[in-house]
Amino acid sequence: MNVPPPAYAKPAVEVLSAEKTYPNGTQALLPVDLTIAEGEFVTLLGPSGCGKSTLLKMVAGMLEPTDGRLLVWRKPVQQIDASGRRMAFVFQSPTLMPWASVRTNVRLPLDLAGVPRGEGDARVDEVLALVGLDRFAAALPSALSGGMQMRVSIARGLVTRPDLLLMDEPFGALDEITRHKLDAELLALWREKKLTVIFVTHSIHEAVFLSTRVVMMAARPGRVVEQFVIDEPHPRTADFMVSPQFSRHARRLQDSLLRASTEQVS
Amino acid sequence: MSAVVESAVPATSQRPAPVAVPAPAVAVAAPVVEASPRMPARRRPPLLGRPRVQRVVYPLLVGVVLVALWQIAVTAMELPPYLVPSPLLMMQTLVTDWVPLGNALLVTLKITLLSFAVATVAGVLISFLFVQSKRIETALFPYAVLLQVTPIVAVAPLIIIWVRNPTAAMTICAALVALFPIISNTTLGLRSVDPDLQAYFRLNRATRWQQLVRLRIPSALPYFFGGLRISSGLALIGAVVAEFVAGTGGSGAGLAYQILQAGFQLNIPRMFAALLLISLTGVALFAAMAWLTQRALGGWHASELSQD
Repeated sequence: MNVPPPAYAKPAVEVLSAEKTYPNGTQALLPVDLTIAEGEFVTLLGPSGCGKSTLLKMVAGMLEPTDGRLLVWRKPVQQIDASGRRMAFVFQSPTLMPWASVRTNVRLPLDLAGVPRGEGDARVDEVLALVGLDRFAAALPSALSGGMQMRVSIARGLVTRPDLLLMDEPFGALDEITRHKLDAELLALWREKKLTVIFVTHSIHEAVFLSTRVVMMAARPGRVVEQFVIDEPHPRTADFMVSPQFSRHARRLQDSLLRASTEQVS
Repeated sequence: MSAVVESAVPATSQRPAPVAVPAPAVAVAAPVVEASPRMPARRRPPLLGRPRVQRVVYPLLVGVVLVALWQIAVTAMELPPYLVPSPLLMMQTLVTDWVPLGNALLVTLKITLLSFAVATVAGVLISFLFVQSKRIETALFPYAVLLQVTPIVAVAPLIIIWVRNPTAAMTICAALVALFPIISNTTLGLRSVDPDLQAYFRLNRATRWQQLVRLRIPSALPYFFGGLRISSGLALIGAVVAEFVAGTGGSGAGLAYQILQAGFQLNIPRMFAALLLISLTGVALFAAMAWLTQRALGGWHASELSQD
């Protein structure tokens, strides 16, 4: 059931039997084997408590696996430094500094890495234009709507010019229209910048619309149960969402999700 | 992404205000002006309908009414000035006795501000010490509490004996009273960092120093200012109590001494005048702190976001 990435592609992320058990004995994630190639858009899909965020945070190096290993660009995560290829993490909530302007918030990862102010500002202007917020550089986050705050968060993720983008349910708290819009914009960005994206969601429709591959996960204990390749051409538009292929994919994922939630592993 | 411009709306999903921060001093009252059916809905409200004006006018009205009632009561019941002086007499005393009262005010103000500054600096330093490690805080926090719960009136005589210089002794007494809110609030603030933001800083390999300057200190500011507001009032109380205990007369006499002396001489109008000056000092301190908080947090923190 493990769908290998295309043989010619270089692996961006390799999860080698990584598992997570909390000190109180809760098995957050059974051992996972997963290889994600450069340029893939992989969605981790599953119900609450299936360990999809845990897996993503382990890839980011925010959590240590209890056992097993994770490699990013064939190196242990902790050895990824600012000089080489970069990854960026986008949280479920915008996670902005409320006291700082949009510009300062977006420039934060550059400031922390010691990029000179002038060069940093130029890059900030670039990404703010990309997410359509160039007129709001001086605004405070509290003056922006939820969708705009999320764009600031994405701009902050992009400002370091990452090769790998990790997103933890980034549009989960937004209304459906805003979410669709941001989904489409994200997809365009992925194509344009040739990013590798790992995207966590619990929305089947979002998963089908965005992904080249969907990793289905189940809860109690958290585990990977199935994988699906969504081999539909890009660019994908709103028409794709009402096409028979879309429904077919959504149906397969739905069935898999139901199976996963009914059958428990002993 | 496409340059879709959304309208900027005030965020309603702000994080809830931290518990230690007192609510804005004056709640914004609902407009009193009844909307007449003919009035267009979106016109600028009349002068009295504006919350900013109301915030000044309403308390002022209450004050005027109370003072008028007081004046009427004193006149009607023919109360002798050595029991309850009329507001008019109090103001007259304030003018005629301005030289001793004004000097005393300066002395009390000096001790209050000195002790407030000492308490702020010491409190912040102690907080930084506390957040360095949980062990240090666990070991030392009970002593901070001990300092807080021991009544200053009981400790003051000792300090006044130990410290020769009366100004220094009184400053220490008042600073001890004002210290605790700064310590507890700033410590809480330095620890109240959004865990996701903290994770983001770590993910970007932020140094300890970067985390302190760019994350912890700004996160602590709302709590710190909450502590400042409480402590400013406490510093004044501490200064007055210390003056009472020290009982210093002469050129270094503060408002408390004026009250003591007026009590001995049954000069009740003067006592009231001194009391008024102490109250006004407290109000001025509070207003200054509120203004400072607004300057520092206005625009980003939920407790200070404009509700107009």
